[in-house]
Amino acid sequence: MSINYLTPAFLIERDKDRCIDCQVCVRQCANEAHRWDEEEQRVFSEDANCVNCHRCVVMCPTRALHIKKFPLEFRNNANWTQDAMRAIYLQAETGGVLLTGMGNDRPYPIYWDHMLLNASQVTNPSIDPLREPMELKTYLGRKPDFLKIKKGKLLEDIPPQLELDVPIMFSAMSFGSISLNAHKSLAAAAKKVGTYWNTGEGGLHKDLVEHGSHTIVQVASGRFGVDADYLKTAAAIEIKIGQGAKPGIGGHLPGEKVGEEVSQTRMIPLGTDAISPAPHHDIYSIEDLRQLIYSLKEATEYQKPVIVKIAAVHNVAAIASGIVRAGADVVAIDGFRGGTGAAPLRTRDSVGIPIEFALAAVDTRLREEGIRNQVSLVVGGSIRNSSDIVKAIALGADAVYIATSALISMGCHMCQKCYTGKCNWGIATQDPQLTKRLNPEIGAERAANLLKAWAHEIEEMLGGMGINALESLRGNRLMLRGIGLTDRELNILGIKAAGE
Amino acid sequence: MSVTIDTKDIYFKELNQQIRDVLKTGVEEIILNNVNGQRYIGDGITGTQSIIINGTPGNDMAAYMDGLKLVINGNGQDAIGNTMNDGTIVIHGNAGDTLGYAMRGGEIYVHGSVGYRVGIHMKGYQEKNPVIVVGGKAGDFFAEYMAGGIQIVLGLDLSPEESIVGDYCGTGMHGGVIYLRGTVEDYQLGKEVKVLPVDQEDLELLGRYVHNYAEYFSEDYEAIISKEFIKLIPFNTRPYGNLYAKY
Repeated sequence: MSINYLTPAFLIERDKDRCIDCQVCVRQCANEAHRWDEEEQRVFSEDANCVNCHRCVVMCPTRALHIKKFPLEFRNNANWTQDAMRAIYLQAETGGVLLTGMGNDRPYPIYWDHMLLNASQVTNPSIDPLREPMELKTYLGRKPDFLKIKKGKLLEDIPPQLELDVPIMFSAMSFGSISLNAHKSLAAAAKKVGTYWNTGEGGLHKDLVEHGSHTIVQVASGRFGVDADYLKTAAAIEIKIGQGAKPGIGGHLPGEKVGEEVSQTRMIPLGTDAISPAPHHDIYSIEDLRQLIYSLKEATEYQKPVIVKIAAVHNVAAIASGIVRAGADVVAIDGFRGGTGAAPLRTRDSVGIPIEFALAAVDTRLREEGIRNQVSLVVGGSIRNSSDIVKAIALGADAVYIATSALISMGCHMCQKCYTGKCNWGIATQDPQLTKRLNPEIGAERAANLLKAWAHEIEEMLGGMGINALESLRGNRLMLRGIGLTDRELNILGIKAAGE
Repeated sequence: MSVTIDTKDIYFKELNQQIRDVLKTGVEEIILNNVNGQRYIGDGITGTQSIIINGTPGNDMAAYMDGLKLVINGNGQDAIGNTMNDGTIVIHGNAGDTLGYAMRGGEIYVHGSVGYRVGIHMKGYQEKNPVIVVGGKAGDFFAEYMAGGIQIVLGLDLSPEESIVGDYCGTGMHGGVIYLRGTVEDYQLGKEVKVLPVDQEDLELLGRYVHNYAEYFSEDYEAIISKEFIKLIPFNTRPYGNLYAKY
């Protein structure tokens, strides 16, 4: 090992009384944090290689392994923290842009946790979802300004809609950033639960075409895997303008990850970097966006909703208004905590705004302009549980996108090293030795279980409020109260303080 | 069999529906007369038929197109052949910006010159090898992020003060090849690109497409091919491989 100024981030503790030198940890760790010493006939650990993904801890048959933060204390300094210094050592050594994975992990306020939900007491009785029907059905797409009905029949066609049995979809993660087995798990789970998964910008693998009716395909600046068949196979098409983890910048899937399957699915040469430029080079204005939206609608004969996904940034309300006027059927907004397979650390941690504010601002703006019905709003960027979803819907969302939660359901332990391609859980990797660890049937079952569990919880909370259809909660901000928020924050969120 | 449509005063949505309907009947050729800015002609269509366009078609012509042959007797506007998969486009005039953006297959021939950001992110894979041939000059950001395929600029009939390409030519290029019939200054090139002389193999490849160009536009093949070409290729397929430090 070359000498550098970095100290290990984690310490692997091996309980010698428990360890039976079975070498499971050695085989399980793609980072080579465990090593078998032939001469000494025992297992050693290389702390510096450990990323704290817990794979060995979970797989160790005798529970002999513990991972701890490396117990190296710098002299107390509230300004120069260990993280701040590590970053400088690393950049001084490499001259590189700091790269990380998953969502923003900085201790910014989490506004979901500053909002509380209402419940019925005495007046307006609550509803028991175990005995009474509850409606979570959600339709995403442009709604007409008014309906013309004659003899009980609609006189005009309703624009194309996505029908969701639960208000939760799996958001975009590309094949390349995650494994084919992860894609298979998400696709099958979406089908099971009656919702949609999203290909991300890396194309649709041929094995997943059969799930087309539950698939949202993405068109991003690199246009990977985009052809007429791809567009026609899908239930909806999403134009990716930005993502919460890295607003305003593009992406590079490193050539190492572009193997045979990824190359075919992305329709690019083997082993080349898959570069997504920061902007779409045919979109420099709202008018240009309209052109892309309509080129997609033309290519699919106006049969499919077109989603435009943007990152939550300062001026998000005005941007969303422009997107609606450009003809999008759904606007997806990704908050600054949204996950990623790889993003520059400083961008991930410092760019964008919380989804809670972005959602409230966009919903308010579209209502003020009288165009809220023309579009559905889908929000993502760290939806962690069912109450986050209920709060999002009360703030004005039609549905939510989840990705990190879905990956956690399949085994992700949030080590944030997705970009290394060495995911020991078989998710963020293309290494066949690792990807086979994620059984797509089990993955699908776990992801589907999560959605079912959340759907039950949403019904419970709705019933508690005396509401029996999710539609009645949509944009119903009276069901929210703020706690520990300033007047200004309450004002932006459009909610009252607890006690008011 | 050929069908003629007078497109005067027909909105693009209606026109494109008509085109799709007519193609479904098995017609081999559609002639569109009086085309005046209608967008998305040939968009997302799979087939091997021809569309002859008399007039000026609008933006995003042949986006996602898969196999058709389009002949434009007039100028083309922006974003022609956007993410095109296969087919042939022959433009008897000039064309606008972002021609062939993310084009993956097929061939585009432009008799005259093209605008900015042409051939950006052109790619190829397996047997697919897209081609753009421009008779005149190309604007700034030509072939930016190019990942595959062949782009040829002939620089015909340029005045001495005109340059065959603009600035930032081939910036971020990581695959494919550019041939220019003329010279460029270093400052016009992206730092990912290197200039090489053409060899015999290049000339054979060039010959094929220049021959097509001469044929489509009734130009003198010998006069074009006899002048010196240069070749631009990327230094490597991973321009940003060393940009990052793993945190």
